Amino acid sequence: MSATEAPASATTTTGQQPHAIAAALARGERPARPSALSTSMTFGWRALLKIKHVPEQLFDVTIFPVMMTLIFTYLFGGAIAGSTQDYIAYLAPGILVQSVLFITMYTGATLREDIDRGVFDRFRSLPIWRPSALVGMLLGDAARYTLAALVTGVVCLVIGWRPEGGLMGVVLGVLLLLVFAFGLTWVWTFLALIMRSQRAVMGTAMMILMPLVFGSNIFADPTTMPGWLQGWISVNPVAHVVDAVRALMNDTPVGGSMVWVVGWSAALVAVFGSLTMWKYRDPR
Amino acid sequence: MTDLAIETAGLTKTYGDLRAVDGIDLAISRGGVHGFLGPNGAGKTTAIRMLATLIRPDAGHARVLGHDIVHDADEVRSLVGLTGQFASVDEDLSGMENLRLIARLYGYRGTAAVRRANELLEAFSLADAAGKQVKNYSGGMRRRIDIAASIIVSPELLFLDEPTTGLDPRARNEVWDIIRALVDYGTTVMLTTQYLDEADQLADRISVIDTGRIIAEGSATELKASVGAGSLHVRVMHRDDRDAAHEVLVRELGVEVNREPDPQALSASVEDRARATRALGALEGAGIDVAQFSLGQPSLDEVFLALTGHPAEDTDPHEEEAA
Repeated sequence: MSATEAPASATTTTGQQPHAIAAALARGERPARPSALSTSMTFGWRALLKIKHVPEQLFDVTIFPVMMTLIFTYLFGGAIAGSTQDYIAYLAPGILVQSVLFITMYTGATLREDIDRGVFDRFRSLPIWRPSALVGMLLGDAARYTLAALVTGVVCLVIGWRPEGGLMGVVLGVLLLLVFAFGLTWVWTFLALIMRSQRAVMGTAMMILMPLVFGSNIFADPTTMPGWLQGWISVNPVAHVVDAVRALMNDTPVGGSMVWVVGWSAALVAVFGSLTMWKYRDPR
Repeated sequence: MTDLAIETAGLTKTYGDLRAVDGIDLAISRGGVHGFLGPNGAGKTTAIRMLATLIRPDAGHARVLGHDIVHDADEVRSLVGLTGQFASVDEDLSGMENLRLIARLYGYRGTAAVRRANELLEAFSLADAAGKQVKNYSGGMRRRIDIAASIIVSPELLFLDEPTTGLDPRARNEVWDIIRALVDYGTTVMLTTQYLDEADQLADRISVIDTGRIIAEGSATELKASVGAGSLHVRVMHRDDRDAAHEVLVRELGVEVNREPDPQALSASVEDRARATRALGALEGAGIDVAQFSLGQPSLDEVFLALTGHPAEDTDPHEEEAA
């Protein structure tokens, strides 16, 4: 069949469609295989397009963190630190960590939705670097995490937070937080591949996040807590993240907590990244 | 280099106790359409997903276009296209964005990706809906964008998993036309379907699959020969005439004629169409008014009944198709 005569606009009648399809097939030559970076960026672009079409999905990274910050500050400020003003200085770095970590689980929920809708089959049937669909998704979500951190930071500033570390300290703290969030997200992608429904993924993620976030030094000084809880907090990776972020933002020595955070992040990527890619070959 | 598009030996996939695909042997040559015919839950989708490298077999081997589906999976992926049972495009994105996305993933850059997307939107009569989110597309449009996404880089082999399930007759005919255009171009198509007439219309050869096994293979004509030409249904105008009509039909057809629950209806399974036509003539000659008659092709149900001894609907309705 001739490939040269593609009727430009004669495709509205079925009679000419086969011809147009044959012409389109004839032009479907294979370009050079794209790099891993390029395909990952393309998937990141997809995540941003989805935000453009469904802007409601930004509620969880905007309104939710604002509510959490205001509620915790005004509910506990007086009781824990004597005044909301004093409390926000303690709480702000921690509430930033909490805001970002809670929204990481939506990455798992989104992945499960993609699998259920069938679009993931398409991606997995393409000759591309296999992790790029997931890495790209995480890149797109990094934009959401950054937005959540920005919104939370601004709210804290508005209600009286004045970080000693200045802009630089806050930026470094947020970057470190994003590194840990990237590592933690692989836990949720793994859950999304082994669980059957989005609801199960969210429920399990919540169950894991609760003790990590609330059993920590985000809201109160651990020295006021019973020994067993102090023991948990001393091994809780989120507490290490809060320590490091707080130190960077308050311009105090970061010490060993930084090593812990980087170590945990690397370990999460190594373990759950590998498990995710192993399961990705053959998901439920 | 092999001439076979698909070659499998003992291909098996189990989910727990369920043997979704239970030792399938296939040798499918290049070119044309090969149909995979079976009821829901027969294992069609699981088999296609293994061949398209989406899931890994638990036992057995398969080569697609000469490449092993496990060890050379990436090679297989670069040669085949897949249109899944559920629309495998992103419903939140527009048709244009979906095609650009896939084009970029194949390595088209910037404007080349846009140009390729436009070409396909035109060819599939979707240019007017290019900017609309796919979730607002009709069933037929969804199928078309789905197939368009599968041929952004022209595949040598295209898997189509139940491409017309849930479509209205017009949209179904459009999809059939598209499949014929693909085959004319030289693409090998592997098609799953629950409809015998679809396999009949499109497929050169058909594998009938039931509970994970292939129970028959051949052309549509060969399969139908195994169940006879079909069944004759006659509905007389006046119910008092039925007994007389019964007598005429038994005489002319020489086979058993059933009295249906409908007091005006009769049916018989016939081997010979010419004989059925004569029988209808004889009814007229006997002065019996016939309200309706039809000489039906054997349905999938009849093929199944003949091949397996049980109707298609009776197969275990498990959920493997969604797995």
